[in-house]
Amino acid sequence: MEIKGEIYRVAGPVVTITGIKPKMYDVVKVGHEGLMGEVIKIEGDKATVQVYEDTSGIRPGEPVENTGMSLSVELGPGLLESIYDGIQRPLKVLQEKMGDFIQRGVTANGLDREKKWDFKPTVAKGDKVRGGEVIGLVQETENIQHKIMVPPNISGTVAEIKSGKFTVDETVCVLTDGTELQMMQKWPVRLPRPVFKKLLPKTPLITGQRILDGLFPVAKGGTAAIPGPFGSGKTVTQQQLAKWSDTDIVVYIGCGERGNEMADVLNEFPELQDPKTGRPLMERTVLIANTSNMPVAAREASVYTGITIAEYYRDMGYDVSLMADSTSRWAEAMREISSRLEEMPGEEGYPAYLSARLSEFYERAGYVKSLAGVNGSITVIGAVSPPGGDFSEPVTQNTLRIVKVFWALDAKLAQRRHFPSINWLTSYSLYTNSLAEWFSENVAPDWTDLRDNAMDLLQRESELQEIVQLVGSDALPEDQQLVLEICRMIREYFLQQNAYHPVDTYCSFDKQYKLLKAISKYSDMATTALESGVPMKEILALESKDELAKVKYEENFDKALDEVLKKMDSEFAKLGGN
Amino acid sequence: MTKEYKTIVEISGPLIFLEKTEPVGYGELVNINLPDGSTKRGQVLDTSADIVAVQVFEGTGGLNEESGVVFTGETIKLPVSKDMLGRILSGSGEPLDGGPRIVPEDRIDVNGAAMNPYSRMPPEDFIQTGISTIDGTNTLVRGQKLPIFSGSGLPHNEIALQIARQAKVPGSEEAFAVVFAAMGITNEEAQYFMEDFEKTGALERAVVFLNLADDPAVERLITPRMALTAAEYLAYQHDMHVLVILTDITNYCEALRQMGAAREEVPGRRGYPGYMYTDLASLYERAGVIKGRKGSVTQFSILTMPGDDITHPIPDLSGYITEGQIVVSRELHRKGIYPPINVLPSLSRLMNSGIGSGKTREDHKAVSDQMYAAYAEGRDLRGLVAIVGKEALSERDQKILEFADLFEDRFVRQGRNEDRSIEDTLNIAWSILAELPEALLTRIDNKFIVKYHPAYKKNN
Ligand SMILES: Nc1ncnc2c1ncn2[C@@H]1O[C@H](COP(=O)(O)OP(=O)(O)O)[C@@H](O)[C@H]1O
Ligand SMILES: [Mg+2]
Repeated sequence: MEIKGEIYRVAGPVVTITGIKPKMYDVVKVGHEGLMGEVIKIEGDKATVQVYEDTSGIRPGEPVENTGMSLSVELGPGLLESIYDGIQRPLKVLQEKMGDFIQRGVTANGLDREKKWDFKPTVAKGDKVRGGEVIGLVQETENIQHKIMVPPNISGTVAEIKSGKFTVDETVCVLTDGTELQMMQKWPVRLPRPVFKKLLPKTPLITGQRILDGLFPVAKGGTAAIPGPFGSGKTVTQQQLAKWSDTDIVVYIGCGERGNEMADVLNEFPELQDPKTGRPLMERTVLIANTSNMPVAAREASVYTGITIAEYYRDMGYDVSLMADSTSRWAEAMREISSRLEEMPGEEGYPAYLSARLSEFYERAGYVKSLAGVNGSITVIGAVSPPGGDFSEPVTQNTLRIVKVFWALDAKLAQRRHFPSINWLTSYSLYTNSLAEWFSENVAPDWTDLRDNAMDLLQRESELQEIVQLVGSDALPEDQQLVLEICRMIREYFLQQNAYHPVDTYCSFDKQYKLLKAISKYSDMATTALESGVPMKEILALESKDELAKVKYEENFDKALDEVLKKMDSEFAKLGGN
Repeated sequence: MTKEYKTIVEISGPLIFLEKTEPVGYGELVNINLPDGSTKRGQVLDTSADIVAVQVFEGTGGLNEESGVVFTGETIKLPVSKDMLGRILSGSGEPLDGGPRIVPEDRIDVNGAAMNPYSRMPPEDFIQTGISTIDGTNTLVRGQKLPIFSGSGLPHNEIALQIARQAKVPGSEEAFAVVFAAMGITNEEAQYFMEDFEKTGALERAVVFLNLADDPAVERLITPRMALTAAEYLAYQHDMHVLVILTDITNYCEALRQMGAAREEVPGRRGYPGYMYTDLASLYERAGVIKGRKGSVTQFSILTMPGDDITHPIPDLSGYITEGQIVVSRELHRKGIYPPINVLPSLSRLMNSGIGSGKTREDHKAVSDQMYAAYAEGRDLRGLVAIVGKEALSERDQKILEFADLFEDRFVRQGRNEDRSIEDTLNIAWSILAELPEALLTRIDNKFIVKYHPAYKKNN
């Protein structure tokens, strides 16, 4: 017989129950409408539940039922191209069931139970299979082959294996001990999926964004944080990464942010082409949208839902990128729940476990050898929204202690429409050294030198700017004026990149290299000219220099650049000295 | 349902606590009968088998243990009907204009449900406000939430009214319906709005909710929800395009803080509740366009930044939720420039979807970016000139310095009734950009320069 408990107290998203003895993190159904919630505290005969839906009108005394299961996601074919809320309810299904506004009490399966997928077995009767091993394949989208894996905690010998069209919950394989396997498996979101071994990341995630790839690269399997005040470019940068990264799968979590931003992605991604495969971007994307006005407990869960889905594709051997926009809203959801629990607050009211939760999350990133024996990766990129843009606050600080790449957004740059407004002096990547070899083999042997040189110049520029603030630029010696001009070129011609420009939105590594090389060429020729006595004014007046500003916008970049470089040669030749 | 409890055990600030009740629903609407015969309304904040906490909207003045409390069994609802247009209601939805009660076509929960992100249609219809600093550089689109960040004593009300008067979607004749919600503003300010609405005939297409400075602060927590419920009703049931003006968000947040303190919650940053982001989002996110429906809700709210500080939690959290902000500047106001909008910290996040060829003009984005870059640099140079003098500037820098002045004088400054078309705005932009050496126009594709730069136009 099922034992039912009842509600003792309701205070917003936090409900106290009595009469049943659940385990921590059990999912319970609360009230007559069976609202989904998760046990987050147990004290004596009472348990506290965070409820994933609005609790208005719910009364003490209403029934409570324990499912005995932890909060889990459904994993299997059909995840791609979906948009889910924080607890994996497909928003499309919710719309069909209850219209344009999200009402409560509606359950919906993460995976479609009707749709049949063509299952092609890769094991035979009598084969021994271990947890994580692939037993069959399903073509999920044009380019993604979905590998059906034995759940990590199961192993045995295949007694029966099927082939053909099945729904996700039909049995496709039976083991000799009677275990039945379906294409769908469930996994508790708060538990990382096991891997065989973690490896050191060694290839860059190529994003097509010059300042990221060029100056502060992130490795596939690495972690990056992008903190910045509102309007500085967190979301646009994350969306650019979701669009243009050379990754197999993108999991994009809109965590406590705007509804329209998710609608935007939904609108745009089916129309845009994956630069790698030419297929619509949506085909490699899973969206989790738990916007700021959706229940905060589900916002708290959304990050775990997302990373678990990412792990599942990683286990198949794919490179997955996960964007979380914004991790601060996730932390605030923790804070809201924690304060309702009347827990002892830590710094700025955040719970004392904030830093542990953040590191557990980022720890789920990585380049790994999976249980199936293939290599896969999850790159995690978290947006951080510091109050007042002040990076000394707890979420930013705790995040920076964990992640390897820091893209510091700068409101001052955004205000002057220098985009991406990533500050080149304060940002860093701890991968530059480990990736150097890859760059010199795959981009150009002199790439790292070019990059380091540009970084040095920008550093000098900031020192010179301090002097300029006191005496004006005309008072500087000419060679220093030249440094300022070269830096302006690096900033405006190379670092600035317009996400909304049809051509400039994506920049191949080849193009990045050529652009930086061209600036460096001007720099070298100008220095030589200056040393041989050509007046600064004439060097600065070269038309080719100004024309270089716009080659990045040209459809036919190579041709445009070629013309500019030829002109540069001839202009310098006329000046003499070169 | 009609049972009256006289079991109040504690009264504290705007809160009352009762015991020995039947099970009461969270968020339920409560009627309170005072010993003097008057009634107040409240809402359940915390409910358990032992004790129930209720926040009283009109404040707890006059309440005592003798007061009777009736739980209505339902959450707060607004009676709605198309006849609300032209009406003036109190901050909790009661008629103030002496007119009859609204005969409801429906009664809607004021908290609203979250719009399914899947149902949203990304806003993209350009709204011409006739103000260059908005249309040209911070374009508003239908369904956007774009507040004015201002400071006390600055002309934000005038700007809001000018926008309400002039806003139109070019090519569409239909005027916006206006839902106006006053939260804690003075009677005088409210009159200022009402007069303008009456003078321009806008009142016929408006629903007004007034919670004034001397009305109870707690009521402020529902006033905007009432207003947004009315707006959603008109937009999604009656296909209207609704412009919602909420003023002043700062007063709303103060009320929120006051409530938090009364509940003895652990305060967040600068004493505001830790959930203020979520709470504000439950207001701001109620803007948008829904696929397959004709109407829309556009929010243009006013927020006065305490101490002109944009990092204060109220503007800060707002800016994290809204789709940009229009920042009114004291410095420009002192210079005598109207509207004193500082474009640099201003932003419209939806601008890019509302502009460009087929919507405004193909060169719009580039022109705007170029002006930003030049104006920002020009303002920096002003600081430098103060130290080293103009002579120490290079020729290039002098031009940029002059541009900043031109920008403020010709582009920003305009008349209080001057309704510029987007063409006018872009032409003014080009006329001042033309004063810069062409080589400095690095943000603009050559094809646009050839087509729109005055120097080339003359040759054509
Ligand atoms: N790379 C970029 N190119 C062009 N515009 C950008 C870029 N990044 C940001 N922006 C502009 O800045 C605005 C704010 O960016 P957004 O990413 O939404 O900020 P945040 O998420 O930090 O609040 C955008 O609406 C856009 O106009
Ligand atoms: Mg954002």
